[in-house]
Amino acid sequence: MKIPQDRIRNFCIIAHIDHGKSTLADRLLEYTGTISEREIKEQVLDRMDLERERGITIKAKAVRMIYRAEDGSDYLLNLIDTPGHVDFNYEVSRSLAACEGVLLVVDASQGIEAQTLANTYLALEHDLEIIPVINKIDLPSAEPERVRREIEEVIGLPADDALLISAKEGIGIKEVLDAIVKKIPSPKGSESDPLRALIFDSLYDSYKGAIAFVRIVEGKIEPGQKIKMMSTGKIFEVTEVGIFSPEMVSVDSLRAGEVGYVVAGIKNVKDTRVGDTITDAENPAKEPLPGYKKAVPMVFCGVYPADGEDYEKLREALEKLQLNDASLFFEPETSAALGFGFRCGFLGLLHMEIVQERLEREYGINLITTAPSVVYKIKKTNGEEVMVDNPTNFPEPSKIEHIEEPYVEASIMLPAEYVGAVMELCQEKRGNFKDMQYLSEKRVVLRYEIPLSEIIYDFFNQLKSRTKGYASLDYEVIGYRKSDLCKVDILINGELVDALSFIVHREKAYSRARQLVEKLKEVIPRHLFEIPIQAAIGGRIIARETIKALRKNVLAKCYGGDVTRKKKLLEKQKEGKKRMRQLGKVEVPQEAFMSVLKMG
Amino acid sequence: MDAIALYIHVPFCIKKCAYCDFNSYTELEYVPLYLDSLKREISFYSNIERTISSIYIGGGTPTVLNEKELPSLVDAVRGAFNISPGLEFTVEANPETITREKLKVLREAGVNRLSLGLQSFDDKLLKAIGRIHTAEGFLKKFFMAREAGFDNINVDLIFGLPQQKVEDFCDSLKKLLDLSPEHVSCYSLSVEEGTKFYELKEKGLLFLPSEDEERMMYHSARRILEEGGYSHYEISNFAKPGRECRHNLVYWTYGEYLGLGAGAHSFIDGVRFYNVYDFKDYIEKVKEKGSAVENREKLSGEDQQAEFIILGLRLVKGVDKTLFYRKFGKELDSVYGDAIKRLKEKELIVDDGKYVKLTEKGLDLANEAFIEFLP
Repeated sequence: MKIPQDRIRNFCIIAHIDHGKSTLADRLLEYTGTISEREIKEQVLDRMDLERERGITIKAKAVRMIYRAEDGSDYLLNLIDTPGHVDFNYEVSRSLAACEGVLLVVDASQGIEAQTLANTYLALEHDLEIIPVINKIDLPSAEPERVRREIEEVIGLPADDALLISAKEGIGIKEVLDAIVKKIPSPKGSESDPLRALIFDSLYDSYKGAIAFVRIVEGKIEPGQKIKMMSTGKIFEVTEVGIFSPEMVSVDSLRAGEVGYVVAGIKNVKDTRVGDTITDAENPAKEPLPGYKKAVPMVFCGVYPADGEDYEKLREALEKLQLNDASLFFEPETSAALGFGFRCGFLGLLHMEIVQERLEREYGINLITTAPSVVYKIKKTNGEEVMVDNPTNFPEPSKIEHIEEPYVEASIMLPAEYVGAVMELCQEKRGNFKDMQYLSEKRVVLRYEIPLSEIIYDFFNQLKSRTKGYASLDYEVIGYRKSDLCKVDILINGELVDALSFIVHREKAYSRARQLVEKLKEVIPRHLFEIPIQAAIGGRIIARETIKALRKNVLAKCYGGDVTRKKKLLEKQKEGKKRMRQLGKVEVPQEAFMSVLKMG
Repeated sequence: MDAIALYIHVPFCIKKCAYCDFNSYTELEYVPLYLDSLKREISFYSNIERTISSIYIGGGTPTVLNEKELPSLVDAVRGAFNISPGLEFTVEANPETITREKLKVLREAGVNRLSLGLQSFDDKLLKAIGRIHTAEGFLKKFFMAREAGFDNINVDLIFGLPQQKVEDFCDSLKKLLDLSPEHVSCYSLSVEEGTKFYELKEKGLLFLPSEDEERMMYHSARRILEEGGYSHYEISNFAKPGRECRHNLVYWTYGEYLGLGAGAHSFIDGVRFYNVYDFKDYIEKVKEKGSAVENREKLSGEDQQAEFIILGLRLVKGVDKTLFYRKFGKELDSVYGDAIKRLKEKELIVDDGKYVKLTEKGLDLANEAFIEFLP
């Protein structure tokens, strides 16, 4: 049974973390009989364990439902899931571009958060129909009326007919489905036009290769067809197309307005870039769909196996992860301190943490990671311009004409009572105040321009702790700006440790260097000799601590009955040393390399 | 017949000291039952084909046993084993538990060496660390032992005690020198889990001398005792010429020993084995099986070599390279050349061609050297 285009509805759900997006999605699937209650493993759309634990959706997915509306007709509803974190902003925008409408889900007691707002603006940019949904009305702390006003005042969206629901309790689910049918327009686009399909996600399958998740905007796609990726010009032959129900089911063809997947013997997810347009190779469209951009890694760090023997294993693991994650960048790197490893690039901090966690958890590799760095643009005195993502590669100070660093515009939404604390934080983080807007009497949105390097350096934790967790953050890169930056090197026992170098604003160099040498003094065990720990800019020492020499390590007693126990003790000491990195004469525990991260 | 050292453990004390993590209990009512088990265990090993070359009854406090129990225990040993004439026979004693009568029966039983726990001459410190005797009480019993005919006495001291000053400790040493015991053991306090001190330390209420002060105490002990005619022969032990503890030397020269009683360890034919730790379990197990071995470990060649060195390095004269060769059929340098080289560079050991030994610095940092020899 083929459902005509005018009975197709493609939509997304926009919600802040924990505002109930996944629960609502589950209820919709359940109500439409797409999946039975028993089949719902808590939250169907979040497949990865990691996602479930963190309560966030990392990669966009889609699911197709059939709903018999009050008019007696069957409607085809495609729910396209969106990632809920600032690192994946671009992916969100592509998911939205695949839809005609969105459900804006807002927690009835929490109200609108920064991320929700940012994504709603994105939806408005795409001219999408927005259906406000106020969730969790069953909670005693629910204030649906306040939230309704907030939606009107903050977003400027009429919210008189906002739906009041409780996804958890199953209240108002039918109303949501009816609203989708009534309010969201059906897709336009003609089946007879040349094919244009928007890739909004992809998945790597070891049998089928890279699978593109697409929204057909115009034309149609079917097995046997030759298709072309418009950003690269690469051509593939389609072997299978299908839909998500929610498992992948193959169909004869996908037509304008429909959402589904395409298999075409594509070996690498790099060829199914999110945002790219697929067209027919023999009858290509003139223009690709607007808005494609290649995801650019913004945050870099060194990733090393704790055990040098795991190097190959780490490479294989990164390759596997990259199969499913085109935005993950890596290349081999060597460090005098850490040996062989990889320089990895990520969309943002969360992306970095997720990758590191997956490497450790799913692939069982113990990692040493260096402090994350942004990409600096350095103009050298000889006129050359270089991009540097690793402090080690910083040119000598005398050869630097000036340095530029990436800035973001940060929107922070918070209860009014914390404005002072957050402004102070933003000042500390070298932020330039842009504006402040009262969303209601109690809630404020602050806008600052802040260097990205400050955002990745403990900003989020500080924000959370200074607002008791009530603030939310969204940011967008706005470009490069000149800054007075310098590189701080760390010397342990007189030897430079490349993995500990960091870039910092000159005014903060002293205090951050102090913190780091103090921290290193704590974590490096005493040796038989005194160890100076110094921080230096160029040749100038700006901070120093000294680890006193170990004077005593001896067991007073060792008689017949003690041998076994004392030997165990010695073995433990030896084992501890094994896990250290030898830097010159000094043995440094792995946590020392992480300590750069934990300052502040 | 090969010689073997015999250790017997008496796990009872009148009171547990604040620093003590030894296998000892204050439930003295169990002493008779425990002694019965001990005697059964002694007879279990009676057909061992070894000559006993030294006996050491330690604890706990063996002298919590009364005037009848002490000789009966010795009788059991003498009845069961082949004992070499003129052997060293030590009993540990807490001054407070010593009586003239006990000393007399011990002498008669052939005990020829006494090891007295003094720990300090400072009464305030003694009280603070949970000792039941005073300095005065110790002196009385020391002379009583001399009168009873003990001409080979060891005295234990501890340094690095809470709030102890370097001068306090030197003062204790000098007072001890006036008594001229044949042997002195000077132990650096180590705070072990499960002790009162550990609890206090965790709460931040244990005020120990600094590491520098503590080492100064150790260095002072070496100087004062050496000047007083004692030779420093093991990390914590000092003796007048010829008065080194022969029993303990067996441990450090990788000799064989049989340990009886709760938690006692033995080492025979390259196998280390030990009895169940808890004395009640020990009593039960002996009742059931006649012995109480909890576990045995056959040491690999590598392990044996490592232990040989680690124990041997505790001796100030060091490890005898010829002895190593005789025991393992390999040159010490061929096995541990790299480790020895590293340790020489760190100035922790020296090698005079015949012996490898700890330097002065090495005596303070022996563990740093020992771990290099672990397999």
